[in-house]
Amino acid sequence: MSIGDTEIDSRDRGCPTMGGPVAMPGAAADPSAFVRTEDDGLAHLDLLVRGARCAGCISKIEKGVNAIAGVQLSQLNLSTGKLSVNWIPGAADPGLIARTVADLGYQVSPYDPGEAEEMRDKQGRFLLLCMAVAGFAAMNIMLFSVSVWAGFNGEMQDTTRVFFHWMSALIALPAAAFAGQPFFRSAFASLRKGKANMDVPISLAVLLALGVSLYETMTGGEHAYFDAAVMLLFFLLIGRWLDHRLRGQTRLAARELLSLQAATANRVAEDGSVHAVQARDIEPGDTIILWPGDRAPVDGQIIEGRSDVDMALVSGESAPDLVKAGDAIRAGMVNLTDKLVVRASARTEDSLLAELTRLVEAGETARGRFVKLADRAAQAYVPIVHTLAALSFIGWIVAGAGVHHAVLIAAAVLIITCPCALGLAAPAVQIVAVGRLFKRGVLVKAGDALERLAEIDTVLVDKTGTLTLGKPRLINADEISADALVLAAKLARSSRHPLSRAIADLAGPGAVAKDAEETPGHGVEGTIDGVRVRLGRADWAGVEKQDEDRSGLWLVAKGAAPVHFIFEDAMREDAAQMVAGLKARGLRVEMLSGDREAPARAAAAEAGIEHVSFGLTPQEKIARVEALVSDGKKVLMIGDGLNDAPALAAANVSMSLASAADASQAAADMVLQGEKLGPILTAIDISRAARGRILQNFGFAAGYNMVAVPLAVFGFVTPMIAAIAMSSSSIVVTLNALRPFMIRHKS
Amino acid sequence: MSILVYLIPAALFLALLGLGAFIWTVKSGQYDDMEGAKWRIFMDDDRDDHIPE
Repeated sequence: MSIGDTEIDSRDRGCPTMGGPVAMPGAAADPSAFVRTEDDGLAHLDLLVRGARCAGCISKIEKGVNAIAGVQLSQLNLSTGKLSVNWIPGAADPGLIARTVADLGYQVSPYDPGEAEEMRDKQGRFLLLCMAVAGFAAMNIMLFSVSVWAGFNGEMQDTTRVFFHWMSALIALPAAAFAGQPFFRSAFASLRKGKANMDVPISLAVLLALGVSLYETMTGGEHAYFDAAVMLLFFLLIGRWLDHRLRGQTRLAARELLSLQAATANRVAEDGSVHAVQARDIEPGDTIILWPGDRAPVDGQIIEGRSDVDMALVSGESAPDLVKAGDAIRAGMVNLTDKLVVRASARTEDSLLAELTRLVEAGETARGRFVKLADRAAQAYVPIVHTLAALSFIGWIVAGAGVHHAVLIAAAVLIITCPCALGLAAPAVQIVAVGRLFKRGVLVKAGDALERLAEIDTVLVDKTGTLTLGKPRLINADEISADALVLAAKLARSSRHPLSRAIADLAGPGAVAKDAEETPGHGVEGTIDGVRVRLGRADWAGVEKQDEDRSGLWLVAKGAAPVHFIFEDAMREDAAQMVAGLKARGLRVEMLSGDREAPARAAAAEAGIEHVSFGLTPQEKIARVEALVSDGKKVLMIGDGLNDAPALAAANVSMSLASAADASQAAADMVLQGEKLGPILTAIDISRAARGRILQNFGFAAGYNMVAVPLAVFGFVTPMIAAIAMSSSSIVVTLNALRPFMIRHKS
Repeated sequence: MSILVYLIPAALFLALLGLGAFIWTVKSGQYDDMEGAKWRIFMDDDRDDHIPE
């Protein structure tokens, strides 16, 4: 068993009701700019709530919001995280609604679905409707078909048979016209581009079967393929719908990038009043205010204030930088300690964040060129099938059969060879594999990501936040007295600086020094039990000896010896084990770090990685990925920082961590839910097993065709045989898809 | 066999009722939040007699 086999329940993670981490109370942007008035005269607001996982969450949020005076109805969709609120215009304050949810412990931001998103929802509903119609039609036509088959020995009169065929036609024709739309449209679009995808033979088989059957019915013939045509649509629509659900499963993760962009900003009007506006309405020259915890919506220049700023967007490192009036600030940076007044220098679409988004999109477009296994098989399969059908048509004409008989044979060939295994087997294998990985703490966003993962030969890993925890941790806790820690924590709890958070996390919940005041870039000062206490940099706290180590904090209280807190970004527990596991699977491992040479080399040595690149900018990371890809390598990129996002998108397949920046999670194909790296190995193993299973199903489909096609070509396939052969092959292929994972489950 | 003239339309009508009901459930958004539905059954907001006040 590999180290990735620990089961974690990723559902409990982040749920405040079940004791998960809680969002900062009151940290909610004012969503007034997103309120719209509906036709029913009510004001309507959609909020994206993150962290809701269970009945307790639903009930807490809905009750809390419904209790606000004026609110008519609030409803939380747990699958998408969308909270819809209605109220009488003017009766309730949208800011209060957002704050109420935030105070309950959930992260909340305005919900702004893109058009593409809404299209997807509609498409999903349409597929479900098509499936229902096809299923209804298939079952009811079977009612007639089975009677007709049972009556073939002469018990059924011709008039009854013709009547049954007409009834079948009455159901099949409208049903196929409706339920076949997804296939007909796609086939038509593909033919217009001069290509043939899998939907072309499907559409052709269905249309030909229906046409032939209708002709048979009108002329009183014996054979009608209405059941086969509609059943074919039903089976394929199941596959389509599974595939659609697979892609929609982790839409929440993909939406994170959008939620960054749907942010609001506090703009200062000419009269000095402050209004919340949509970030995209900010023009160059506007003055905006950034409170501690706010993310800069656009690039700009600081005109007032001093504060620590989280620069992870550019460097990927977690240590914040001090900025002051005159300094530049880039979109996506997070203000940590003090109020800043910023003059915007670019619109949102010209900002660094937008630039990164474009790089991510470019990478995703390139990845879209990946041809799925099923499509690759279809490319080889389609011409063969069509040639076979055409040849048997010509063959029977030459052999002296009538056109009518030859068309019947050709239709039978097309029906019997229809790629059910390709359309149903691949999504079935993938949905099982994705479900399995979800239980092991890996969120997979696309079925084809598993196919890409199975092919990799090179793994690129980021250092900070990926191999390491990405958060400073106190390493000399043994040398620090419990009293000193309690004292430091009272100051640290008031600050958002990463080092303060590290102390506060270690000390746990507790009191905060009442008059604690933070000096950006230096430290926190406050009065505890009547004594002035400072926690911060050596020179500021008043410690004589200057330590060369910048990542330390000093605690200085009157009448006590100064205490030194030393921090280090610790390696994840199973990093070395994971690297060894990757090597054991025959993969080349390389580290890409934005950090300096010494720490990068030290981390690589500890993890057991020989190939190291350091001091890389986001652009250089992409360049490295692209160089490898153009070399013909199949690259897996694992990273977490915002600066990794473009490289994640550029790689053949990518993974990110739950603690990663939102944009990185959005850019990655898979997201690890826990703190452990072991699931990476599980994901690779399962993806390889899934690929094997898909290929096996294709092999089965090919074998089935080798038996069935000669029968069809030589005219032995009656509608009954076609129907039985097709449904049994679909069922066998689906059962085979479920098989390996059932065995795994038992062990 | 003339009984078929009545029985078949009757069977089809019943099946159409089922299809119509399913289409209604899709259109009214009952499959939009599969995750929430399974949790909502645990919420008994309609009765408050079990909470001793």
